[in-house]
Amino acid sequence: MKAFAELYRRMDDTTRTNRKVAAMVDYFRQVPAEDAIWAVRFLIGRKPRQAVPTRKLMSWAANLAGVPDWLFESSYDVVGDLAETITLLLPAAKTASNRPLHMWVQDHLLPLRSMEIDDRRRFVVTAWQQMDDSQRFVWNKLITGGFRVGVSQRLVVRALARFSGIDGAVIAHRLMGEWPATAETYHRILSPDTRDADISRPYPFFLAYPLEDPVTELGRPENWLVEWKWDGIRGQIIRREGQVFLWSRGEELVTLKYPELAQDAARLPDGTALDGEILPWKDNRPLPFGELQRRIGRKTVARKLLQEVPVIFMVYDIMESEGADCRARPLRDRKAILSERLADIPDSRLRASPEVAAPDWEAYAALQAQSRQRGVEGFILKRWDSAYGVGRRRGAWWKWKVDPLTVDAVLIYAQRGHGRRAGLYTDYTFAVRRGEALVPFAKAYSGLSDAEIRRVDRFIQRNTLERFGPVRSVRPELVFEIAFEGIRKSSRHKSGVAVRFPRILRWREDKTAAEADTIETLHQLLKEAVQGKR
Amino acid sequence: MNTIVTNTPAGLYCRAGDFHIDPRQPVKRAVITHAHADHARWGCRSYLCTRESRPLLRARLGPDVAIQDLAYGETVSVHTVRLSLHPAGHILGSAQVRIEQDGQVLVVSGDYKDGPDPTCTLLEPLRCHTFISESTFGLPIFKWPRQGDVIRDIQSWWQRNREEGRTSILFAYALGKAQRILAGLDPLSGPILAHGAVEKINRSYRDADVHLPATRYLGEVEDRQLLREALVIAPPSADQPAWLKRFPQSSRAFASGWMRIRGNRRRRAVDRGFVLSDHSDWDGLVQTIRATGAESIWLTHGYAEEMARWLREEGHRAEALPAPKPANDDDAGENP
Repeated sequence: MKAFAELYRRMDDTTRTNRKVAAMVDYFRQVPAEDAIWAVRFLIGRKPRQAVPTRKLMSWAANLAGVPDWLFESSYDVVGDLAETITLLLPAAKTASNRPLHMWVQDHLLPLRSMEIDDRRRFVVTAWQQMDDSQRFVWNKLITGGFRVGVSQRLVVRALARFSGIDGAVIAHRLMGEWPATAETYHRILSPDTRDADISRPYPFFLAYPLEDPVTELGRPENWLVEWKWDGIRGQIIRREGQVFLWSRGEELVTLKYPELAQDAARLPDGTALDGEILPWKDNRPLPFGELQRRIGRKTVARKLLQEVPVIFMVYDIMESEGADCRARPLRDRKAILSERLADIPDSRLRASPEVAAPDWEAYAALQAQSRQRGVEGFILKRWDSAYGVGRRRGAWWKWKVDPLTVDAVLIYAQRGHGRRAGLYTDYTFAVRRGEALVPFAKAYSGLSDAEIRRVDRFIQRNTLERFGPVRSVRPELVFEIAFEGIRKSSRHKSGVAVRFPRILRWREDKTAAEADTIETLHQLLKEAVQGKR
Repeated sequence: MNTIVTNTPAGLYCRAGDFHIDPRQPVKRAVITHAHADHARWGCRSYLCTRESRPLLRARLGPDVAIQDLAYGETVSVHTVRLSLHPAGHILGSAQVRIEQDGQVLVVSGDYKDGPDPTCTLLEPLRCHTFISESTFGLPIFKWPRQGDVIRDIQSWWQRNREEGRTSILFAYALGKAQRILAGLDPLSGPILAHGAVEKINRSYRDADVHLPATRYLGEVEDRQLLREALVIAPPSADQPAWLKRFPQSSRAFASGWMRIRGNRRRRAVDRGFVLSDHSDWDGLVQTIRATGAESIWLTHGYAEEMARWLREEGHRAEALPAPKPANDDDAGENP
């Protein structure tokens, strides 16, 4: 645990990726495989589930620290991070634990969830007593289910590749899917023999980069395949050795959540891997993403939901055909192979994403402007000669998204943020005008610069009207332009609408609250969305 | 709130003596606890401070301002009250204000710390009936590591940077914190360079016979090799791209009590955060407050509400004064 806590500290202390990679390489050099595999698992974001209810944990920590619960909560409010608050409040550590990471995880952390609550308390308190501050912090992060390091899977792969000499793409491939955190797995991940093929293992997704320059900079449109950017969940269907696996981009096996897709995919020949979008679909058009969300949270789905929110798999690409990796072949060839595959399984829920044909970029732009009306997010542009790559790269694939909807809204509530923004008021609720009143309609957390956040924070501190627990109502003076991707009717919101992915576009310091948009503006946007004008 | 001192928009006011303590607005007579800008403001007709504070106050307020001084412990009568200034351990010349009227004693702590500091006189615990204490760090999450350990961490951070050819840039408040760190550094470890704002105050400290290691004014140094080996001490306001341009390779650090919280360290986006404060931590505040034996306690600055509530639950009479400025401002109370 010492080495892992030190690794965490080093990664946490720097924003520079090369230092993070160096810290990981140092770590892999010094720990046994049993520890390294747990570290890999946690670093790539497969954190353990919360092992103790937050309330309980807070009260055990407050009790051990000798502070009343309310003072613990005030402290938490300032620190903005539960694991850290506990670490800062616990009595000074007397010792550091020499027990290796895998033993802490296997013998202390994993059993917690199935224990009686009193035993959990005993285990957690004992752990605190055996650890120093940096170990406590990491331990707290693990048991609260909040373990997160500012590191992408790509960086972990880079570190493992540098440490082992194995090609990064091979490691990325092996890290996907499900594997037990054992020394054997670690050795397999770093094995120089790269022929291993687990039948369930998906390919790393190739992702499009947001278009930065005018689309005309891309050259002749004939060199590009233009497809709609469908608004669902990116997924991958694997058909091998008589089995079907459906993966989501979050590297989660979701086969059981979409049984209708699994059923149709079973008609594919063995040795097939398809890239596509899990899309809620009815009456020949996509349903709003919000409908799909009703199915995301469940392991299995009831018949009723299957009928209400049917899905299709809109297929973009094929990575494996007849058991062979075809990612290096040009997109034109892959599309040809794909249409053969799909032609073999007519009337299925697996459909080829259609090519959008237009004579020139100008015509494409006109079509792109109708995206909302079609229930899509814009276009994806792919070079006809492009290979299926790994990760998000500039050049071969671009996403050309439709501009968001926007309104000018007034900041009315604020709450302190977490993580890097802990302690500052960064979580805002925005309202639009209705007559003389203000109606809240969206929460947004991102979009301001650090300097702006500090200024807004100061404003909030000085202009608080009331406090409701951690939430403050503030003098309604600041106006922000809020962008969002979609709007739909909602009976659960005071404003009568729910917006999708709201964020702050800019601070409208030139506007007063009286000049903010009204509820009518939102209703108009809703009306246009329903009529398909936007 | 009290018969001796009342809280007014201009700050704490002693009616019987007709003076304000650290006034926020121009007043006739100001008693100043220490020379930081948020305590020693412009525009008053006359100022009273400690002997050690006087040159610092003079440097801040200019040559024409009327400043009177007192030795620590020296008592003067002002109308019907007796007034004396006692060490607060915050920075050079910092004082608690003791006011006595008809046998009743009230103490205004100003900013204080109970830890060791080679650059100023140690905090003197005072007995009183009413204690008005600061509470900048009045939450139990604020616990300071030992100062010696922090200075050692700074020293080894500097050494590693030297070995890797990087300038060590340490941001610390120009008045007090910077000198306290300087006094702990080993001058044999390499060149120590000071930003203009820091070097100016170093001079005042040396004039007051505070021993500091040799420093050079950064603006005079052109030798690139020297820059790479140096520790540069600068105020936080210097942390700007234009100023940083002169250091091609550098590691940036910030020394402050706020660095105890990870979110603050990350927001500053410095390479290192050293937990070093000129205010008392939670335990220090509690101990100091208890040592006064005060019947009535008033808290001001920072987490006054929380500290007051906790003290009440511990059986004390305690209240928070309305905050003079928002709590949790990044540099509340530490701003020179």
